[in-house]
Amino acid sequence: MSQVLIVDDSHSIRALLSSVLEKAGFEVTSANDGKAGLKAARTTSYDLVITDVNMPEMDGIELLRNLRGLPEYSFKPILILTTEFSQEMKQKGKDAGATGWLVKPFDPEKLINVISRILH
Amino acid sequence: MSNTENGNEELNQYLTFVLNDEEYGVPILTVRGIQGWEKTTPIPNSPDYVMGIINLRGEVVPIVDLRKRFGLEVIPYGAHTVIIVVRIGESNKQRTVGLVVDAVADVHDIKAEDIRNTPEFGENDNSDFVKGLGLVAEKMIIILEIDQLVDWQNVPGGNTQIKTVDATEGCAENEFTDTQAA
Amino acid sequence: MPNNGMSDSAMDEIRQIFEAECGDGLNVIEAGLLALKSGDNNLDTINDIFRGAHSIKGGAATFGYTDIAEFTHVMETLLDKVRSAELTVSPPLVKVFLESVDCLRAMVEAMNGGSYDKAKTERVKADLASWLEKVPGTDSALNRQETGAEPRISSPGLSCWDIHFSPKRSFLLTGNQPQHIFRALAELGEVSLQANYSNFPQFRKYRPEEMYLSWDIELKADVTREQILDEFDWVESECIIQVTEKNVPQIGPHDRRVADRRSEVDESDRRKQHRRTGKKDSGSIRVDIDKIDVLLNLVGEMVINQSMLNQFTSHNRGEGSAGASAELDQSLSLLERTTRELQEAVMNIRMLPVSTIFNRYPRLVYDLSSKLDKKVALKISGENTELDKTVLEKIGDPLLHLIRNSLDHGIESPGERLAAGKEETGIIHLSASHEGGSVVIRVSDDGAGLNTEKIHRKAIEKGLIADDEILSEQQTNDLVFRAGFSTADVVTDVSGRGVGMDVVRSNIEDIGGRVEVRSEPGKGSTFQITLPLTLAILDGQLIRVASEVYVIPLLSIVETVQVDMDKLNIISGNEIVYRLRGEVIPIIDMRVLYSISGVEALHSYENKQLVIVESGRKSIGLVVDALLDQHQVVIKSLETNFVKIPGILGATILGDGTVSLIVDVTTLASSTSNERGNRVEH
Repeated sequence: MSQVLIVDDSHSIRALLSSVLEKAGFEVTSANDGKAGLKAARTTSYDLVITDVNMPEMDGIELLRNLRGLPEYSFKPILILTTEFSQEMKQKGKDAGATGWLVKPFDPEKLINVISRILH
Repeated sequence: MSNTENGNEELNQYLTFVLNDEEYGVPILTVRGIQGWEKTTPIPNSPDYVMGIINLRGEVVPIVDLRKRFGLEVIPYGAHTVIIVVRIGESNKQRTVGLVVDAVADVHDIKAEDIRNTPEFGENDNSDFVKGLGLVAEKMIIILEIDQLVDWQNVPGGNTQIKTVDATEGCAENEFTDTQAA
Repeated sequence: MPNNGMSDSAMDEIRQIFEAECGDGLNVIEAGLLALKSGDNNLDTINDIFRGAHSIKGGAATFGYTDIAEFTHVMETLLDKVRSAELTVSPPLVKVFLESVDCLRAMVEAMNGGSYDKAKTERVKADLASWLEKVPGTDSALNRQETGAEPRISSPGLSCWDIHFSPKRSFLLTGNQPQHIFRALAELGEVSLQANYSNFPQFRKYRPEEMYLSWDIELKADVTREQILDEFDWVESECIIQVTEKNVPQIGPHDRRVADRRSEVDESDRRKQHRRTGKKDSGSIRVDIDKIDVLLNLVGEMVINQSMLNQFTSHNRGEGSAGASAELDQSLSLLERTTRELQEAVMNIRMLPVSTIFNRYPRLVYDLSSKLDKKVALKISGENTELDKTVLEKIGDPLLHLIRNSLDHGIESPGERLAAGKEETGIIHLSASHEGGSVVIRVSDDGAGLNTEKIHRKAIEKGLIADDEILSEQQTNDLVFRAGFSTADVVTDVSGRGVGMDVVRSNIEDIGGRVEVRSEPGKGSTFQITLPLTLAILDGQLIRVASEVYVIPLLSIVETVQVDMDKLNIISGNEIVYRLRGEVIPIIDMRVLYSISGVEALHSYENKQLVIVESGRKSIGLVVDALLDQHQVVIKSLETNFVKIPGILGATILGDGTVSLIVDVTTLASSTSNERGNRVEH
């Protein structure tokens, strides 16, 4: 079973994402900020990481950079999940090494679709 | 096994007990246990058929004397007295209550079709408590409507009263003169 | 709002979490706003406020609450201007933000199916928008945020596409893989691939993390070019894509090469500077309070069982070797210690810091002091003091009223204060602390204090006391807690309506607490509330009445004395009183108190014990046969299997397994009597 790491400081978003993903058959771990997410990623090798951008302690972009610095995660898919997405934001994400982005509000079916493609 | 009676083929089990030489029945699924008599702690402001409360494995449970409840002659409690502990009420408010009976009788399977409606009987109109009459091998079992056994709405304000006093404050001693009750 | 394929209850639970999150978030925003002083742009605070709004916006959008999302978006945009120092903090700006918080609170509450004041929300939203307009350089600030979707052109029907996909060397570094894209395309229609190895290097130069392949893809699908290009959205800067439609007159191959997108806004590293300080999410979970109550019940039963065990062994002593007895004692005492610790630990779970309710008050004081044209500062201390959740929930309203009262009647107007030689700004001090097994909460102000004379006069006017009654200053001040009492000449909008001090007192007594007032004219007043730590257990004095054992809460007992027959007096109407050190206390024969059938009243009180208890501010003596021991009892509610009985606090199971009733001392003294010396029967 594929393991997904969700990083978001909103409890309700974590709960929603976990529910949706678990129902689709993924094993989900969640962390409530970048720091916790990085710690989790170091302990377990996840098949996919989905992270919010605006978070305390360590934001999504910085988490992304840190993850890419880990050899384990150089080629792993890491998605950014966030609200507004301007071009600059997209670029910033890309520069930091994001595989792609998901915009809130998200369509869970679409989300599962995208993830299924990645975690075939 | 369900407790509802839809269809005549429905078979339900009842625990039956004896009270004043009559046999009564309650659905077996409501029975939590059977035990002997134990001393109750009386509760003020409650109906006379509520004898008091006991400790049932850490739970505080009221005891209802069915003879008193049905207006029958009360007999003294003794080693032979039995308490049947039942769970009454709906899912949103269930209570555990102990019923004092003369003796436990048996467990019977009674088909729904074998339960008849009650005619009025006796000068004590206890028909509220009776769900119906069940026929078992030529015997009549009075099936009880256990949810009606305690009238919860009217419990406080029963026979006994809580006294209150008008507390006088701060009056100096010398303001009082001894007066004897007339 | 679709349920995202989940069950209704699962979605409801998540929505509830979101609702709670919004509540917390709004509190943080509000606290931050209040902390901002004019001209002081504390970056951390502003960031906290911004982040709070942003979170709520995100969640609201995700869960389909578009009105909240839209409103918060405007707020967030304006907050961003503050964050970037394009807008300075000022009292009117703070005011409009606080109004926004109020609107959001109403909208969040309406999530459960209520309604909120739409007109007010629109007005505040317009206010926020007008503030935005004042900021120079704001053009498309209120534009809809970009979503991931791009406008679609209607599909032309099944077409055949040639796609040339040529990833850059660094393609894999973003975690993307060509397979993802191929799968995506495969979902659109029929795909056939042809890989191109021409760029593959020699083995020596081969680097596995680099991408050397390219593909020619044929796609038969009922899609538009835009839809195809969408699938490459993530990787557009990492590859070259050419999409051409087959069998269509070519105007020219359309390249989609990513233009260099330089951001127009200078993205400074502001964010790095603004580290969030303060409370972080410390790994907690939300637990249904019912589950905790189950746990508490079980532990309570353990405590009872353990004390039953103790009693049993002490009664059956002497039947075994001394050595075994000592071992048994040791084990039992260890068991007792462990049980107590477990009980404390579980009760602790229900404890919450008072800050959860104290946090409401700064806003209240801010609003109210402006309304009353008074200058008031609220000082809070001991906010980490913990209380049982249920007690906490019930203390909020009484505290609210006391603070309002201080604001309204206690603190004087700035003019009056200056004239009295005080500082213009009055201070209300709200404090909480653990004192001797209870929690004490104090509301004190440095205002005018209670006007004892005025209180005395009003009390006589309202017939609460006789005009010849002599009361100490303390007793007079205590009259404010009587029903029907209000010294306000004009019932102000603020504190006069409905709730009175008598309700404050009865609410506090309902949760087993006490409230008193101390005051110094001209200097101020202090209302002191004493609360039990928990509602589940209490320290009780066991007493014997005839053959029954009752429990009287230790907190209510003033003292116990052996009845001295000389001190008894009978006054008008069969009432018996006892003279104790100058005070006259009415007494009740406990056998009569609960008038249980078969138990007769005492003929003589000789050799009986008198337990003096406090009910409100009144003392009452209870005549009992004997005082037994004191210990902690677990309160069992009568309502579980029976009903609440007035005069009975609950039941408890003693060490010998019998059930004992706990006396509700507060109901013993009636406060509805009008004439002194007369008994009022219910």
